[in-house]
Amino acid sequence: MLFTIASREFRNLFLSPLAWSIMAVLQLILAYLFLTQVETYMTLQPRLAGIEGAPGVTDIVVAPLLQTVGFVFLLIAPAITMRTFSDEKRNHTLSLLLSAPVSMSDIVLGKFLGVALFFFTLLLLIAAMPVSLYAGTTLDGGKLAAGLLGLALLLSSFAAIGIFMSTLTEQPVVAAISSFGLLLFLWIIDWSGTSNEGVTGLFAYLSLQTHLGSFLKGLFSSTDVAYYLLLTTLFLVLAIRRLDQQRLTG
Amino acid sequence: MLVSPSDRQACDSDLTIKQMDTKILIAVENLSRYYGQHLAVDAISFDLAQGEVLGFLGPNGAGKSTAMRMISGNLAPSGGRIAINGIDLLDRARLAKAQIGYLPEQPPVYPDLTVNEYLSYCARLHRVSKAQRGPAQTRAVQRCGLEGVGRRLIGNLSKGYQQRVGIAQAILHNPAVVILDEPTVGLDPNQIRDIRRLIRELGETHGIILSTHILPEVQATCTRVQIIHHGQLVFAESMGALEQRLTGNAVVLETVEPLDISVLQQLGNVGAVESLGARRARLRFNGDNPAAEVAACVSAQRWGLVELALERQTLEQVFVELTCRENNAAVAAA
Repeated sequence: MLFTIASREFRNLFLSPLAWSIMAVLQLILAYLFLTQVETYMTLQPRLAGIEGAPGVTDIVVAPLLQTVGFVFLLIAPAITMRTFSDEKRNHTLSLLLSAPVSMSDIVLGKFLGVALFFFTLLLLIAAMPVSLYAGTTLDGGKLAAGLLGLALLLSSFAAIGIFMSTLTEQPVVAAISSFGLLLFLWIIDWSGTSNEGVTGLFAYLSLQTHLGSFLKGLFSSTDVAYYLLLTTLFLVLAIRRLDQQRLTG
Repeated sequence: MLVSPSDRQACDSDLTIKQMDTKILIAVENLSRYYGQHLAVDAISFDLAQGEVLGFLGPNGAGKSTAMRMISGNLAPSGGRIAINGIDLLDRARLAKAQIGYLPEQPPVYPDLTVNEYLSYCARLHRVSKAQRGPAQTRAVQRCGLEGVGRRLIGNLSKGYQQRVGIAQAILHNPAVVILDEPTVGLDPNQIRDIRRLIRELGETHGIILSTHILPEVQATCTRVQIIHHGQLVFAESMGALEQRLTGNAVVLETVEPLDISVLQQLGNVGAVESLGARRARLRFNGDNPAAEVAACVSAQRWGLVELALERQTLEQVFVELTCRENNAAVAAA
């Protein structure tokens, strides 16, 4: 049942030009960034050759690229997730799901899986760029894999947050702007330069960006995995609760 | 088309009463619903048996749609119980919902999908087994007259077709109970007739709840009528009983010459005679219709018969009487 809803959600995305245009624009911009990064590496390469333990091509090309991917998704994820529930409410189609013999969690998880699957598809397309470097050089496979895993976790939490925001309103645009606001806030929350050590530590822990950073350095730490999984679960549970509550309040 | 086919209806309802076994498909007990402080549905209770088509009537904002949304599991009630086919809708929602087909006021169709894609998705959602999916879809498409539009986008179809797709979705998984909220809105007269026929057909084997503003529709399709007003059930009767109530027990007489009421009162079966002017009177009667005797009397007295008619109330009159009387009572109380 979960997969029925997930596959419908995934295929629905491709029925509108939105998914296709996002795919195209994303590829174009990231390809440009990737090429400039490769060029930077080419100019640096002679100097790097002389240094012992110098950063390799993975550090100079792949890590900044993936870092940018994370930020670009921050901008486009709300545009994808905004439709999930707002559109159903606006088109009065939510009652189809509500009167079908499926549970609230099936509905929310199904939609989440569909959106996450779309994000992972985009990620695979993006991953093809660094992988293409294997044609001329060797990459640090572990670092690349850690970076992609970190991004996959990050995108899952984006999807969960966006879906929750979409359950709050009937207006897709409002859902998009509010989820963009929340994501951006969580992204920059560690920028606050408080003198208090404890608060800075807490803000750094809450930040979406710091956790991605350690993945990009090739660090696979269970703290970071737990952070993203907790964040994702939290917002999915909130979305389920929200829909249940809507059934109560009308 | 809008003529109430009362004769056929009476015959239909007799037939369904004979077929009706005592299998209760929907049992609603003291169902209530508050929106904040506003009481939208006030402790309504009723049963629906297999083979019944229940017409839900009421003015706008009376609580029809709220009641239907609760029975379909879309809205949680503030109080009361709903059992679908013996399964409690609140405790075992998933099992109970499998027995329901629901068409909300706005058909829940995705404009981006084709009719076939949409129906196949609905079949999956309602856990129709893979082997059953094809035949179920074909049957629903046939019943709702959707042949030929299967490959078209729902968003490009007319309102009437979208409505029919909505109905197809509600009957697709062959549910025991079908709940239709204003199913004939936006349809042309031919389509309305088709849908009414479909509802009667479905009513033979399923239990159907139908809400509507269109009173002749109730008389054409339903076996039972309930009128809901200010959240309360103010009228609940079978169509047969309603027909009897509507037929009434009075004849109206009009003549060329002035009438003598005392003569009319002598006739058998005639009770009170009410004068409606010098040449017109209403004769209440007990038992058989005394029209023949009245006619004979009129011709014997040489009054010259102009009109002699059985007085017939319409469902509309009952509706207005019930819903306006309530209004007046409420005003008086306040």
